[in-house]
This record gives sequence, C-alpha cells and structure tokens, in this order.
Amino acid sequence: MAAVMPPPPLTTRPTATVTEAPRAQPGRTGMWIAIATISMSFAALTSAMVVRQSGAPDWRHFHLPSILYANTAVLLISSLTLEWARRRSAAALSVTLGLGLLFVAGQITAWRELSAQGLFLATAASSSFFYVFTALHGLHVMGGLGAVGYLLQRRLVAGRVAPTTFAATALYWHFMAVLWLYLLVLLVARV
Amino acid sequence: MTAPAHVHAAPPQSFLRKYVFSVDHKVIGRQYLDLALVAVVTGMVLSWIMRFHLGFPDTAIPGLGKVAPTGAAGGVITPEYYLELMTMHGTIMVFFVLTTAPFAGFGNYVLPLQVGAEDMAFPRINMMSFWVTLLAFLVLVAAFFIGDGPPLSGWTAYAPLSAVGKDAGPGQGMGQTLWAFSIAIFCIAQLLGALNFIATTLDLRTRGMSLARLPYSTWAWFITAVIALIAFAVLMPACILLILDRVAGTSFFIPAGLVLSDRLQPHAGGSPLLWQHLFWFFGHPEVYVAILPGFGIVSHILPVFTRKPLLGPRVFIACLIAIAFLSYTVWGHHMFLSGMNPFSATLFSVPTLVITIPATIITLLWIGTIYGGRLRFTAASLFALGFVSVFVSGGISGFFLAQPSTDIYLHGTYFVVAHFHFVMGVAAMFGIFAGTYFWFPKLFGRFMNETLGKWHFWLTLIGVYCIFMPMHYLGLAGNVRRYSAFTDDYLKPLIPLHRFITIAALFTGAVQLIFLFNLFRSRFRGAKAPDNPWEATTLEWSTSSPPPVDNFGGRHPVVTHGPNEYGVNDGRGRDYIMQAAD
Repeated sequence: MAAVMPPPPLTTRPTATVTEAPRAQPGRTGMWIAIATISMSFAALTSAMVVRQSGAPDWRHFHLPSILYANTAVLLISSLTLEWARRRSAAALSVTLGLGLLFVAGQITAWRELSAQGLFLATAASSSFFYVFTALHGLHVMGGLGAVGYLLQRRLVAGRVAPTTFAATALYWHFMAVLWLYLLVLLVARV
Repeated sequence: MTAPAHVHAAPPQSFLRKYVFSVDHKVIGRQYLDLALVAVVTGMVLSWIMRFHLGFPDTAIPGLGKVAPTGAAGGVITPEYYLELMTMHGTIMVFFVLTTAPFAGFGNYVLPLQVGAEDMAFPRINMMSFWVTLLAFLVLVAAFFIGDGPPLSGWTAYAPLSAVGKDAGPGQGMGQTLWAFSIAIFCIAQLLGALNFIATTLDLRTRGMSLARLPYSTWAWFITAVIALIAFAVLMPACILLILDRVAGTSFFIPAGLVLSDRLQPHAGGSPLLWQHLFWFFGHPEVYVAILPGFGIVSHILPVFTRKPLLGPRVFIACLIAIAFLSYTVWGHHMFLSGMNPFSATLFSVPTLVITIPATIITLLWIGTIYGGRLRFTAASLFALGFVSVFVSGGISGFFLAQPSTDIYLHGTYFVVAHFHFVMGVAAMFGIFAGTYFWFPKLFGRFMNETLGKWHFWLTLIGVYCIFMPMHYLGLAGNVRRYSAFTDDYLKPLIPLHRFITIAALFTGAVQLIFLFNLFRSRFRGAKAPDNPWEATTLEWSTSSPPPVDNFGGRHPVVTHGPNEYGVNDGRGRDYIMQAAD
C-alpha cells in the first residue's frame, strides 16, 4: 500500500458527561418480554390455523363445549381476586389459586365432553387446533398457578411478598386472562 | 447510584457451583463457547466425510464401515447416509455453532461487562438456558445412536418428508422425532437467553451508560436478541405441530392421498407449504441471529485496531434496526421454487433487495473506518478484515438469488450452497475467530500466540475461498445440491472441480488444528496480558483479566464517554479515552 493517507490529527479531549442509570426493574421488563414472545407463538399458531383451514376442504365445524364460557368467567374473576390480594391477606391469594385450579379442571372437562362426541386430537384439523390451543394455554396457566402458589407460600411463611414479584406475577396472570379471551373469540369464530 | 439488581454475596466455593452449575454469566458464556467448540468439530468432521465422497465417490473411507455399518458398508457411503450427514451437519452448525457461539457465548460473557452490570438480569434463568441448550444438543446427537440413524430431511426438515415417519426413509422414524424435540428444546433455551439479553441491556446499565453510549457489539447482541425472541417463538409451535403430526396422527403438514413405501399415509388435508412458511419465518431471521453478532464484533474491533472512531455509529445502529425489521418480511425468498403464487414471489423479492441496502451501508462504514486508519495487524484485526471480505463475497451472490427469475435456475444448485456458506457460515466463523483472539486476554489473562494466529488467518482465508468460490461455478453449470455423487450423469465432467474443493476443505479443516493448538496452549502457557492490552475504550477492559466474580470488584463504573473515542488526545499522551475514564 503505497498511498496511505496521513493519520488524522488528534482532536482535543471531549468533555465528560454522566447520565443517570435506568431505573432497574428487570422483573417487569422480563415479564413484558415473556408476554411478547408468548403472544408471538400464539400468533404463529393462529396464522397456521388460518392457512390450514383455507388450504383444504376438510375443515369440520363443531360446537364448542358450553363449559368454556363458565371457565372464562372463572378465569376473569381470578384476575379480580388477584388484584384484591395485592392489598389484602393470603385469603384472596388462596381464592385466586383455587379459581385457577378450577379453570384448569373446567378445561379438562371441556376436553372430556369433546372426546365423548368422538372428537379427538387427530380426528379433524379443527379439533387438532382446539386441543393445541387449549393445551398450550393451559400449560401457561399452570406456570402462572405455580407463581401464585409461590406468592401464597411467601406470604404465609415469610409474611410478605416483594412488590416487584407480586407485580410480575399479576401482570402474567392478567395476560393469561386476556390471551384466553382472544383464544375463545378465535375458536368461536373459526371452529 | 442505583442499587445493584443482583449482588453476589460471596463467591461460590464448591467446584460444582463455581464451574458447572454456575450462575456467573462469565462461566456460562465459556460453557456456551465450549459447547460450540465440540459442536463445530463434530459438524466439520461430518462435512469432511461428505466432501470426501463427493470428490472420490468410489473410494472407501477407512474405518467408516465400522462406525456406520448400514450407512457406509465397506466405507463407501450410501445416498441415504449422505443425506443423514448433511442434515446433521446443517442442524449442528446452524443451531449449535452459529447461534451458540457468537450470540449466546460471547454475548453472555461480554454484554454484562460492557454495560457495567454485575451479572445478567436473571442469572438462574441464564444458567437454565445453557443446560437446556446442552440437553437439546444431546437429544440431537442421540439420533446417531438410537433407532435407524439420524434424519435425512435436511436442516430445514421440509414436510411431508419430515412429518410422516418411518415410511419416508431410514432415520425418518426415531431420528426425525429426536430432531423435532431437540429443536423445540433449543427454542426454549434461546428464548430464555434472549429474555436475559434484552432485560440486561435495558435495565442493568451502569450510571452514565445511556443507550447512545452502548458499545456497538452490545447493540448488535441486543438487536439479535430481539430478532431471536420473535423467531424462536414461531419455530417452537411449528415444531410442536410437527411432533404431533409424527406421534399423534394429526394432519397439519401432511396432505391427503400421500403414498410412501407403497403405503397410503393415514393423514388428510395438511399443508406442506405451511411448514415452509413457519420454518422460514424463523429461518430467515435466524440468518441474522448468526451474522449480526459478527457485525457487532467487527464494528467493535475495527476502531480498536485502526485507532479511528467507527464511521457513522448512529447510521450503523439505524441499519441494524432496519435489518431486524426487514428480516421478517423476506422469508418467502427461500420458497420461490415451492410452488407458491408467483405474485407473492415478487412481493418477497422486493424487501429482499431492499435489505441489502442497510447491509451495504454497514459494509461501507467498515471500509470508511479502515480508510486512513493506523492499522495494527493482529490476528483479531485480520479476522475482522477477513469478515468484511467474505461477507462481501457471499453477499454479492445474494443479489442474484433475491430475484425469482434467476433464483429458479440457481436455487437447487451449489450456487446457493456457496452463497450461504460464505455469507452466514464463513463470515460468522470469522467473527467468532476475531472475537476469540480479541477477548481471549480478557477471558484468561493471557494472549493467544499472534504468529500462529496470523498463520491461521491467512491459511483459512485462502482455504475458504478455494472451497466456496468454485461452488459458484458448479452452480452456474447446473450442479444440483443434496446429491451424494455425480458418477453416472451429465455432471461427471465436474468431478475434478469437486475433487479440488474436497482437498481444499480437508486442508482448511487441518488448518483449524493450528487454532485448536493455540487455544489450548495459550490457556496455560500464553504470555501474560494486562487489563487493557489492545488500548480499547469499553468497560470490559476497565476491570482485571479475568474479571472478578462480580465483574468490577465491588465498584460500579461511572461512564463518562461514548465507546468511540479513538484518535483523540486525552491530555495524557494516549490516543483514546476509556468509557469509564476515572
């Protein structure tokens, strides 16, 4: 390399400035990130359902088990009781936990009703998607129940729960309710 | 001062907590790098066997008949076994090397240091993400030993081949199921990892570390994490649907009336194209998961060794963000041959051409940074320069493949093999090498041997060009890919070129022994390195080498300058100012 440019002249020292560090709330940030990624997974499944339904003439409509509406009410109420538990005693947390378990039991009952009609996972594409959506949502709800159970255990054993932990759990639990509402609308419209 | 989110009360004492089940991001980063090293050696050996067969189709490979009695009886591999090797090579390299090393490995080690944090935001989730990655690797490799061998549907696992089970060929039974589980598990690991990267970058920055002052490597890891978060969130449900098709009898991806091995498959109505859409919606962003950390590493290293600030840092970051957005709009360019609507091919072609613009701007910024700089030639800077070279060489062929009219001819040929190996494989590997030579003194407090490093660079550079340049000509000549040999057809005259590529591949592989020797020897015998051997500005160089468990020894660095203060006069006779210039 014959024609190398001369090195640039050294500029003077830039002045030092300091900005404040961000307010560290990794729990909340992390939960929002988790919500984003879970939403993306269900969006992918939604698009898969739309493509699968429009791609072949074998889509089979069936009536959703009516217990799903009762389950919806249970899940929404559990969101309210969790908000109540933010200020109150362990009792509200126990109620939330119980309602969450009731929701899961209700979903299993819905499965049993469907299978009694002869609609299994592999029976039709519509039933496949029904089971996949409800099962994945149910697994996420059970993860949330684990977190609510942890809050309850902390409140009973240690007497208090870190507000950030509670906030992150509550955010997740409300998201479970919102996600279920979306899934219910989707299933009502498509299945 | 903010309260640190996580305080290591006391350094862990037991061997297991310190080196195996550690929550320290530095240990986890090294674990990822070790895993990637094992994976890359495995993947490279697989490619050697394939290359040897392509160059010398009738020659037996000594000992291979014993390792794979069915796939390579007598040491000559069967077409099915070739496809199995190809599938495992691709899967191991893309997931467990190109994702694991530059993103999870270096990102884990360096990102918390560069933002001035004591650890990742969620250290236990971080530990879990490594062990889940390892589990995914073991599940994948188990396919070699269980059932009738690894799957043969390629790293893209196109349905219905991947979805129907044993009737589709050897390895499509248990092997393909293991593949689907392995990738689903890998998705979980990467989602956990990405969550940590994003939360750490947003929330654990030290005082003074504004977003504008983030080092460029951290910017790249941060944006890569955002891409990975969305991409793996789509691949995971896709894998779940694939597993259900395989084990539960559903029909998501398997069409009606499919007859395989003289058996009508008991499925109906599924869409094979659906798998391709879901897979490539992940798959194209995954290309950027592999290469953007390399962008960051190169942009981090070039200013250090040119003693000049990176040209246009804001433009660089804007281009990274543009690439992240566009990477979600181009997946269809992998499917021009799939039989999708030709109008949608045009729709995917345009953003594919547009995404080359930010990539080109970044390349020009690198060249502008090098221009007029006072270059210091080290192994690290050479590999960074080599990265620019192979990225350009591989990127240019992308212009041809982005257009459906030319892609229809080239897509099924070695032209594509050459393209993605250059632009994604070799370029990312050069980024990994540059990062290794650059950060090795920080990891171990010792230098790698520079002479060996330079030999490694030049021989590797020559080697990869000898391997992948001729593949473009093979592709133009119509040499189809995924075939195990070309002995009896019109491609026979091309075998001498295949032979040349094979010899180059074996040579380049052997050259990597120099790197491995250097890596292990320098770990124990390398020259002692000071805390900031390269005269760099970022925070990882303001602490000791290797850093203490809490990274900065109880201090919380206060950042007063950007990462780009090179070629300045600091008033004390140095031409750079560190970010935490006391």
